[in-house]
Amino acid sequence: MKVIVEPSKYRLPIARPLVGVAGKTGTWRLERPVVDNNKCTRCYLCEIHCPVNVIRVEPDAGVSIDYDYCKGCGLCADVCPVLAIKMVPEE
Amino acid sequence: MGLKLVLTGNYALAYAAKVARVNVVAAYPITPQTSVVEKLAEFIEEGELDAVMIRVESEHSALAACFGAALAGARVFTATSSQGLLYMHEVVHWASRARAPIVMGIVTRTLGPPWNIWPDHTDYMDQRDTGWIMSFAMDNQEAFDLTLQAFKVSEDPRVYLPVMVGIEGFILGHTSMPVEIPEQNLVDEWLGPRRQPYVVDGSEYMAIGNLALPEDTEEFFMDIQNAMEEARKVVVEVEEEYSKITGRPFKGPVECFKCEDAKYVAISMGAWSGDLMESVSQLRDEGYSVGLLRIRYYRPFPGDYIFEKANSTKGVLVFDRAISFGSYGPIFLDTAASFLKHTRKTPYIKNVVAGIGGVNITSDDFSRILKRFVHEVESDGVNVFEWYHKGKVVR
Repeated sequence: MKVIVEPSKYRLPIARPLVGVAGKTGTWRLERPVVDNNKCTRCYLCEIHCPVNVIRVEPDAGVSIDYDYCKGCGLCADVCPVLAIKMVPEE
Repeated sequence: MGLKLVLTGNYALAYAAKVARVNVVAAYPITPQTSVVEKLAEFIEEGELDAVMIRVESEHSALAACFGAALAGARVFTATSSQGLLYMHEVVHWASRARAPIVMGIVTRTLGPPWNIWPDHTDYMDQRDTGWIMSFAMDNQEAFDLTLQAFKVSEDPRVYLPVMVGIEGFILGHTSMPVEIPEQNLVDEWLGPRRQPYVVDGSEYMAIGNLALPEDTEEFFMDIQNAMEEARKVVVEVEEEYSKITGRPFKGPVECFKCEDAKYVAISMGAWSGDLMESVSQLRDEGYSVGLLRIRYYRPFPGDYIFEKANSTKGVLVFDRAISFGSYGPIFLDTAASFLKHTRKTPYIKNVVAGIGGVNITSDDFSRILKRFVHEVESDGVNVFEWYHKGKVVR
């Protein structure tokens, strides 16, 4: 199958995604979760509940959060049974 | 010359998609369209057509699958009818706004309730404002020709808009007629490889149809309107080229039947134009100076052409097989607007709505309506709107 892509003289409804598109959070997060891994009991509840699936819990290293994608919803802090996660305002 | 087969209108659509060498077909069955995609499925199974048949759970998904495949660079085809077309309606808009070349067959059928499988134009006319190029066939040969030409029109860089081809369900869809099919190598040479403005192939991140500001959005709409204007030229060019490879006569966006010297002109679209032609010929024999303009492309509307042919007549009678409730038939509205674009002094223009819900309108009915219209004009007593209702037929 051969496809010839001929540019159109018309505007096309296509765009290159910027930060904030394709799941990245960009600049609009108000609070970020901060983890105290000394308190963490490795119960995995935060990883299970994170709606954007950006939390990983390792047996040795503890909790790591990918802040590029974290939306700052605070669920992890809510479900942490030992209050090891705090929501702090973004700088 | 290629093959000459006896085909139903639905099979004519399927054969057109086959010789266009579509890569993807996605469809959902609905009466009276089903046999179009059944035939395509047969072609694929028998190895006559190298395409993927995507089975989906609804018409909304059928066109969505075609839309995605088209953006990825595939030549696609689907077909639907009636309620299925309504269910698809959101994606119909998506396809034209994304400037995706797609061809769709519409085997028309009236809209329910009450539940009804007979043909009229209400489902087709419902898509009037979607930004698709819209053609409508009178017979099965034309159903084949318009569908094949639709691929070329749709993929023209001056247009880049999807095209829908209408045929009336059962009347054409399930009626067999001889259809000439041009040789595959001629079609391949004439149609060429798939062309489109951009391809989504995963090589780079791309967002389609994301948020645009009001002014930008308006410009997208204006571009579609400009492309429609360009399409007026493109459909004529494409048909001229097609006539050369097939040897069939060029008809243009509007076919003129005995209208050159007519004092009264009827305007119609679709299969019942054949009955209307019989009626016009019969009335000519009786001494009435009548002719017919048959619309083949409804969008872009060939208003200038109709004006040019019908302006010097005494009366224009527009037959509609659909109604915009609380107003008039859609073809009448377009025709009246086209006349007003050029002149304040129009001939008498009358709208007759008939054949709704599949009511059978015969050439005798057309003769009766046309004669009455001639007498109305002669006596200066034209009613602008008439709903020609035959009443219950005793069975």
